[in-house]
Amino acid sequence: MSTIGVSRADWGRRIVIALPYLWLLLFFAAPFIIVAAISFADNTPDTVPPVTLSGSGRSYTQLAADALYPAAYLNSLRIAAIATLITLLIGYPMAYGIARAPAGWRGPLLMAVILPFWTSFLIRIYAWKGILSENGLLNQVLRGSGLVEDPGTLLGTEWAIYLGIAYAYLPFMVLPLYAVLEKLDRSLLEAAADLGARPERAFLTVTLPLSLPGIMGGCLLVFIPAVGEFVIPDLLGGTETLMIGKVLWDEFFSNSDWPAASAVAMVMLVVLVAPIVLFQRARAREMAR
Amino acid sequence: MTDRMPRLLFVALAFGYAFLYVPILTLIVYSFNESRLVTVWSGFSLKWWGELLRNETMLDAALLSFQIALVNACVATVLGTMAGFALARYPRFAGRTAFAGLIAAPLVMPEVIMGIATLLLFVALDQLLGWPERGFTTIAIAHITFSLAFVAVVVQSRLADFDRSVEEAAMDLGARPFTVFRTITLPLIAPALVSGWLLAFTLSMDDLILTQFVAGPQSQTLPMLIYSSVRLGVSPQVNVLATIIVTVVAIAVVIAGWLMNRTRQRQMRDVQAAARAA
Repeated sequence: MSTIGVSRADWGRRIVIALPYLWLLLFFAAPFIIVAAISFADNTPDTVPPVTLSGSGRSYTQLAADALYPAAYLNSLRIAAIATLITLLIGYPMAYGIARAPAGWRGPLLMAVILPFWTSFLIRIYAWKGILSENGLLNQVLRGSGLVEDPGTLLGTEWAIYLGIAYAYLPFMVLPLYAVLEKLDRSLLEAAADLGARPERAFLTVTLPLSLPGIMGGCLLVFIPAVGEFVIPDLLGGTETLMIGKVLWDEFFSNSDWPAASAVAMVMLVVLVAPIVLFQRARAREMAR
Repeated sequence: MTDRMPRLLFVALAFGYAFLYVPILTLIVYSFNESRLVTVWSGFSLKWWGELLRNETMLDAALLSFQIALVNACVATVLGTMAGFALARYPRFAGRTAFAGLIAAPLVMPEVIMGIATLLLFVALDQLLGWPERGFTTIAIAHITFSLAFVAVVVQSRLADFDRSVEEAAMDLGARPFTVFRTITLPLIAPALVSGWLLAFTLSMDDLILTQFVAGPQSQTLPMLIYSSVRLGVSPQVNVLATIIVTVVAIAVVIAGWLMNRTRQRQMRDVQAAARAA
């Protein structure tokens, strides 16, 4: 090959790497430097934009002093964790069932899990608003069955938020779990059975440990975005439900306090750095295999 | 395996799919409801369909969302394919780990964080350069940034899956890298490009939070409009919209499945013909 050909290939390679790299550096990485700078600025409502760069760090003192913020962070982490667990409990049997289904069925079954994801997220959450309301479908069924005479209203409680998160993020849980369970070597289970293990025991000692990478991947894909979730607590949660995504939204849109909103975002980012790095590592390992 | 396990799995699957689809079915049913209440059935009616189709604001918002989604899907597919290709085929280059991180982070980053960060960048750029004006451009740029990460993941996993020997053979025969890419790699990853494009399109059509931050006062996309009407309470027009979206998606999926099936059958016929000829 001529030297010209080589250098041209080299240029092609450089462009393929540089274009998306520069795009992400400019529009994804650089903004965080600006958020960091604004989070140390002062809120000046009369100017456009409503910020004066000062380096005072007043927003962080405010964040630490007002009990509302720490409570919102802890609440978000707790709600996201419980919702992730519920999603796992619904998603794992589904992924397992699909992986064990006849080969011709797996594609369509998997497609049916992804399909709702292609329709509007907002509208799917809105559907739950109707179902969980005082006279909604759920309460109609409960009353009609005669099991419960006066079921309370789920809408506006934390349970509504768990349900909303589990519903919206279920495909993100099922896909990584399915990818692991489908590759699982069936002969290991047969060996366990031959050695006299009951199915429950074979599941607990063989299938479950081997599917841990999928559990990890699925849980991180649900947990991390759920911590900062805004639409679900806003539409399904009550006024007293405190989640940090909603706090950030209100600081920005209702109070127009950009430095406070930036500080809330910076602290959320610090809280989420460890799970995000964990997620990236898991993905790199997955790709290397 | 005992007989009990599969039955248990069958119940789990049935429950899971009911969980996924019952809410969507209720949306569709109540789009034909006479009453304004979406919880009480009072008879069949098409009046909300008529109202939606006469709703100029809604149609304008839908058109804006469609245009942004189109631009976003095309640019994100080009950039995302490059990124996926770089990650799958160049095991070593300066800053590769950081690059992989920049692709992974947008997949999980809470949108409120990305929203405020991107907006503050646009405000800073506007102060320094007088560009960009908030609206179409800023929304499209913000959407491209996170869509391209999703496209990159789809393309990367497709590239990781297939056999490189054909590409290497073409290289050995003296084909230029770009020719190899165009005649061999591109046709092989075409399904990934199509699903990446569709994914980017859907993500953009659907995005509320990022859009709300960067949109500015003049532009209103479809999700922004849906959000403001849903916040105030339930609205049967949103049910009609849901029914339209579900129908379009279902038709698209059936067509895509049929096309893929046909391609697979044709490939199988070719392989069989080749086997007979040999």
